[in-house]
Amino acid sequence: MTAVDLGLPELGGLADVPTTDEPQKAKDYKSDQEVRWCPGCGDYIVLNAVQSFMPQLGLKRENIVFVSGIGCSSRFPYYMNTYGMHSIHGRAPAIATGLAVTRPDLSVWVVTGDGDALSIGGNHLIHSLRRNVNMTILLFNNRIYGLTKGQYSPTSEEGKVTKSTPMGSLDHPFNPISLALGAEASFVARALDSDKKGLTEVLQQAAAHRGSAVVEIYQNCPIFNDGAFEVLKDKDEAARRIIPLTHGEPIRFGPGSEYGVVRSGFGGLDVTKVSEVGEEALVVHDANLDDPSYAFALSRLGDQSLTHTVTGIFRNVTRPTYDDSARAQVEAAADAKPADLQGLIRGNDTWTVS
Amino acid sequence: MSTSVDGSQPDTAPDVRKVDRVVIRFAGDSGDGMQLTGDRFTSEAAAFGNDLATLPNFPAEIRAPQGTLPGVSSFQLHFADYDILTPGDRPDVLVAMNPAALKSNIADVPHGGTVIVNTDEFSKRNLSKVGYESNPLDDDSLAKFQVHQVAMGTLTQGALAETDLGKKDAERCKNMFALGLLSWMYHRPTEGTERFLREKFAKKPTLADANILAFRAGWNYGETTEAFSVTYEVAPAKLAPGTYRQITGNTALAYGIVAAGQLSKLKVLVGTYPITPASDVLHELSKHKNFGITTFQAEDEIAGIGAALGASYGGSLGVTSTSGPGVALKSETIGLGVMTELPLVVIDVQRGGPSTGLPTKTEQADLLQAMFGRNSESPVPIVAPCSPADCFDIALEATRIALTYRTPVLLLSDGAIANGSEPWMTPDVDDLPDLSVRFASETNALDGSDEFWPYVRDPETLAREWAIPGTAGLQHRIGGLEKQDGAGNISYDPDNHDKMVRLRQAKVDGITVPDVTVDDPSGEAQVLALGWGSSYGPIGAACRRVRARGLPIAQAHLRHLNPMPGNLGDVLRRYDKVIIPEMNLGQLAMLLRAKYLVDAISYTKVAGLPFKAEELQDVFLDTVKGAEEAKA
Repeated sequence: MTAVDLGLPELGGLADVPTTDEPQKAKDYKSDQEVRWCPGCGDYIVLNAVQSFMPQLGLKRENIVFVSGIGCSSRFPYYMNTYGMHSIHGRAPAIATGLAVTRPDLSVWVVTGDGDALSIGGNHLIHSLRRNVNMTILLFNNRIYGLTKGQYSPTSEEGKVTKSTPMGSLDHPFNPISLALGAEASFVARALDSDKKGLTEVLQQAAAHRGSAVVEIYQNCPIFNDGAFEVLKDKDEAARRIIPLTHGEPIRFGPGSEYGVVRSGFGGLDVTKVSEVGEEALVVHDANLDDPSYAFALSRLGDQSLTHTVTGIFRNVTRPTYDDSARAQVEAAADAKPADLQGLIRGNDTWTVS
Repeated sequence: MSTSVDGSQPDTAPDVRKVDRVVIRFAGDSGDGMQLTGDRFTSEAAAFGNDLATLPNFPAEIRAPQGTLPGVSSFQLHFADYDILTPGDRPDVLVAMNPAALKSNIADVPHGGTVIVNTDEFSKRNLSKVGYESNPLDDDSLAKFQVHQVAMGTLTQGALAETDLGKKDAERCKNMFALGLLSWMYHRPTEGTERFLREKFAKKPTLADANILAFRAGWNYGETTEAFSVTYEVAPAKLAPGTYRQITGNTALAYGIVAAGQLSKLKVLVGTYPITPASDVLHELSKHKNFGITTFQAEDEIAGIGAALGASYGGSLGVTSTSGPGVALKSETIGLGVMTELPLVVIDVQRGGPSTGLPTKTEQADLLQAMFGRNSESPVPIVAPCSPADCFDIALEATRIALTYRTPVLLLSDGAIANGSEPWMTPDVDDLPDLSVRFASETNALDGSDEFWPYVRDPETLAREWAIPGTAGLQHRIGGLEKQDGAGNISYDPDNHDKMVRLRQAKVDGITVPDVTVDDPSGEAQVLALGWGSSYGPIGAACRRVRARGLPIAQAHLRHLNPMPGNLGDVLRRYDKVIIPEMNLGQLAMLLRAKYLVDAISYTKVAGLPFKAEELQDVFLDTVKGAEEAKA
């Protein structure tokens, strides 16, 4: 049997979600629930950024749903004055898939953490990404288990001493961006909790993307992993370490933009001094490349010690989404054959007893 | 010589004996097409108007090593001129396509039974493969049976000699030869099978021709050789007036879900991971997208039910189908459904366990898992079909409960019902229940504020409102954390938790279910045989046998396991003895003893196969006699 060509048009991520002309403010998105994260938690900054950014989408608030798993960040939906479900550890992408498939009129957001998305929920994350279900996934990465009080997570650096690893952790960490790209995610980005402007820009494009958009947000846990990203927050250190991506621009960074990214080895990328190679040798960032290996190479420029950290949008490509295709199959089937329940029940082989 | 297949009798027709019922078992290697053969014979019986019941029995391995005992696949069919309840205990006719099939099935054939063997496979090598030291066809080990030796492979090859098919491919059509022979023996209509083969091999007309030729060759073999001196007629059954079709349990379940979507006017999302013996529910539903059904084959069991619950949250009917091991994986999400009070239908087609257990065999040992298999106090309603056709009605009932009370519902089918088939008096769609629902559209806060409180309950059903995303002004948050009664905000208050635990239990306990009916024709029974699920047939057949000996016995069957029918306690107390046969170690008996303090007798067997009527008859007779003696 050959597959049916569904002939889907290209749409934006929010194409079917009703909009409103009524002006909205950040406070419209604040629920009446007291926010209960620890003082100084990076989650506050992200919550604030999301609440400030939401009005820009101009969507009807009732058509926005936040679905989360379990963990500190997964309390997020309680604080948003939208629809929300605080679900089960690791399972938010699965629940959001069912919602997104059946309700194209909703803007579906998944809020998850490094333990939730990459440990217990790793399977659902990669499968949602490969299917390309239309949803935006905010992956709060603080490299620690906070809610269970400080065990190492799948993004903790090797040798990390925690309550459960007094002699140092043995696990090699995931690079969430590499993982997402390995699953051929169609939109992959990274932002810092401390960089509201950068985070908002990424969120805008993620929301506009049709398909699974995953945004890794480095987020500080002041109680169990304080200062995990401190080197990226100090102005001088940050300049040396952060490699910001801008689509269509040569990739340069460092004080006075003295460093740049060049091609190296077998399809890889490397950091070098611009003065040594010349500006024309620099890689011009193209987030729309179909082949994910370029974005993957970008993700490998960073490492667990944060010597370099790439931020911005690694990949932003268009491919059919699972939910659009699933709905199109249902519609195509309905067009081809009426829903004749009596006919179905009776079938072709009946006999009558009188 | 007449060689027609139109059923007209040749001049020298063999004796025709009228019988009221026959049990036939086709047995062969997994690759021999026994399931298809049995299925076709079933369709012929159905088309003829017999009542029928079937029992497929096959290994979990797709193709176990050829000719071995583990590779034997069989299909048993019971058809009759009256309403029957089971696929039959013992086959009157065994068709054995090889020595392995003979060896593993002959013990079930009664004295004087008919055994038709395919002699082509009785080579020294094949015989020794299954441990026959000498050929049972040559010694007198089969003396107590009427044995017909037919070289089915050779005869099929001969019949197909003129076709383009190679010898090996031709030989593979021998199952149709066997079907043709049996169709002749039992005067079955043949048009249906020929039409079926034409459709099945529509793209390979050569194969269609070959199979039809083999089928006719089998028929003609019966008619032209004089090996078979008797043929049999089983008249159409006098079933209740109506339009009938043949249906398996899994197909009926799938149709039930389709109907549930139509009757509730909801979109349906079926989130499922493949698992034996439930996969056919997914396969069937995936064919009916035109009814607004989305089937989502998830990455695992957990994602399947997660997507279903997500769809329910969005206002669709969420359904997930699985077997026992899958229920174990879905438990946490069922718990979330209990906590968030969202409708969800969870289909468990039970199989032998624990762990992977016996994937293709039947068992009813998930009752306590369904009842208690979640953390904390997590009550869910449970329903169970009693026969393949009942799967349709039970799917509607599970949906009714899920939608009315906003709760996950466990539907416990099992392997025997799933693959077994029977005639189904198809309902008129206009007579089916209205399952339509009302979504919340207005704020409902009990404190007079203009807010929506997700945990305000209907005083009758204790169900909360179903406020779906997209409804203006009703924005709210739900989740797995304990809720404040009414307002639904997170609450760690001790008294509130105690109240909510009791409310969730009270909601399930208060579900309206029909009273259980008791079948006691004489009205004098002192013993009640009580069952649930697929044992309805064998228990009923055993009760008939007991009554046929002049001894009274009552039968009752539970389709609702949680909550149980309101009159059940009275019914149980009415009898001196209550006997509960189960394909587990006494799970229902344990629940009833705990709930009703009744000294129920548990009769259990966990063999991967349904009870035999004969075996239950003996147990019931002992119980009935014991009760009489105790009185006397």
